[in-house]
Amino acid sequence: MAVVEVRDLRKEFGDVVAVDGVDLRSEEGEFLVLLGPSGCGKTTLLRMIAGLEQPTEGEIRIGDEDVSRLPPRARRIAMVFQSYALYPHMTVANNIAFPLKAQGMDSEERNQKVEWAAGLFGIERLLQRRPRQLSGGERQRVALARALVREPTVFLLDEPLSNLDAKLRAAARDDLMEFQRRIGITTIYVTHDQVEAMGMGDRIAVMDHGKIRQLGTPEEVYHHPADVFVAQFLGSPPMNLLETAGFLFGFRPEQFLPEGVAADEGTRVPFTFHVNRIEYLGSERFLYGFIREYDETRVIAMLPATVTLPISIDQDHKFSVAKDQLRFFDYDDGVKIAPQPLMR
Amino acid sequence: MTSTTTRPPRYLGDNPRFLAGLFMSPAVIYIIALVGFPFVLAIIYAFTDISTGNPDLEFVGWATFRRVLADPVFRGALWNTFLFAVLANVLVVILATALAEILIRDFKGKWLVRFLVLLPWVAPVSLATITWLWTLDSIFSPIDWVLRQVGVITENVYWLGRPGTAMTSVIAVQAWRIVPLAAVIVLAGLIAIPKDINDAVAVDGAGFWRKMFQVTIPLLAPIIAVAVLFGVILTISDMSVVYVLTRGGPTNSTQVLSTWAFIKGIEGGALAQGAAVALFLLPVLIGITAVVLRLARRREVL
Repeated sequence: MAVVEVRDLRKEFGDVVAVDGVDLRSEEGEFLVLLGPSGCGKTTLLRMIAGLEQPTEGEIRIGDEDVSRLPPRARRIAMVFQSYALYPHMTVANNIAFPLKAQGMDSEERNQKVEWAAGLFGIERLLQRRPRQLSGGERQRVALARALVREPTVFLLDEPLSNLDAKLRAAARDDLMEFQRRIGITTIYVTHDQVEAMGMGDRIAVMDHGKIRQLGTPEEVYHHPADVFVAQFLGSPPMNLLETAGFLFGFRPEQFLPEGVAADEGTRVPFTFHVNRIEYLGSERFLYGFIREYDETRVIAMLPATVTLPISIDQDHKFSVAKDQLRFFDYDDGVKIAPQPLMR
Repeated sequence: MTSTTTRPPRYLGDNPRFLAGLFMSPAVIYIIALVGFPFVLAIIYAFTDISTGNPDLEFVGWATFRRVLADPVFRGALWNTFLFAVLANVLVVILATALAEILIRDFKGKWLVRFLVLLPWVAPVSLATITWLWTLDSIFSPIDWVLRQVGVITENVYWLGRPGTAMTSVIAVQAWRIVPLAAVIVLAGLIAIPKDINDAVAVDGAGFWRKMFQVTIPLLAPIIAVAVLFGVILTISDMSVVYVLTRGGPTNSTQVLSTWAFIKGIEGGALAQGAAVALFLLPVLIGITAVVLRLARRREVL
């Protein structure tokens, strides 16, 4: 097991800066998620840690050793790719054995290792099949087994669930978490899916334009976003943002409740919410509209199914947000600032 | 409202059936006139004893084939054709795979290398082969000159004048001709290998040779099979390289079926025998094509 650390890492492709001075340090055995929109540099960062891309500048350390100039095979990492990248012409057993053959391990020891890795993922009965005869979930297990068979110190995953359908994805996520907890291996996981990130990560590094915008636990990045990008990237629907007297403030749609529903009436900030449209989604209702006091900025409220209060459209309603659920950001650079008084 | 779908078009030019026929006709006429007609004629001739001296169509059954088979030159040509096709294509596969591996990389002057690689293919066959004829000349061969200067040989090799070196030369020039096509086919296959697979190989720690023989070549196998198919057919059916370089000589040592058919049928006037020789490998070629295409389809993965 090892700690991964990158220092001031930069990667340029011609004029494009893919990774722009990233500092990041994992903890021992941590499940660290790199989350961001496509093109934010998360995959490039992962590929540099793997040794598949050479950084333009900066240093990569794995287990306190500078590996920046080492080829992938010398870094003791394992990687699972988006497409799983199984060798289509080899049986499952040969796929799993391939990294061991490359190490020059003798066949007896190799067979034991393959058995062990296959057992870890419950794919012993698939060993003689070829990848095209496997389901998506089975392919993923084979990819994991191949990655793990060398007993790496760091485990890198590049959107490994995005090729699975929604139902399978939930099960695969469960498997992956269960397995990571059992092995306790430091894991870096790239995804653009915030549900995956929130559900799996011990910590999440939210990336945009080659920079890490915020690094924190799922609670921290969701409830205390470092800037407006993080605030609006996380959450579905995203945080409502309103502009006032030289700064921005925001609140989550689920914190925006009609009067009389919330318990703590005394400490809440009231708004006049004009509802244009209602989306009924069964477990919740989305209310689309605007707030009269703030230049008629569009906002969304999310009411859980437990709030059965009837809301009529094209009318003003009294809504409110708990004071401690308001978040404040600088008007110019969007960075989080201390709470400000709201002027009317 | 009236339906517009069933009404016949007003003008002939609006009639899709007419247009389809019109647009396809050049290709159809071309194939019938220049491929189909001679092909049928060859089949008919092969079962007659027609010659330029006796142009009557007199059917003799398999007699012409029996006469052709009895000729020792034909049997030599059959063996040479086999040798020629196999050795040239072994060379082609090795060189094309190596070239494709080079061409997929990024380096300075790549366009120039790519241009040079394609040159043998875009140059007219006869012209390119005549260049080789001079290069392998018995007296003025620049290859011999270089070898003499370096001290490897003391007198000229007479490349095209001795059976062994003549066959070697013919095979080498044929390979040189086909390599560009094969390299482009293999390059297309290399490009089609998913990036993730190459990354996985790097992470799994395989070196160059292991990657080449355990991952790249197995994945390329179907496409290499297609390249070989083209190469074999081009080698067996095309007479230009052998004809220009040696005319099958010396003493028929480089005679192949295509040149023998031409020499016998056109130059010698024995039309029926020429046709029989030319048709001889047709079943073999059809068989090879069927097997290779089936293999290529079966090996197609994912």
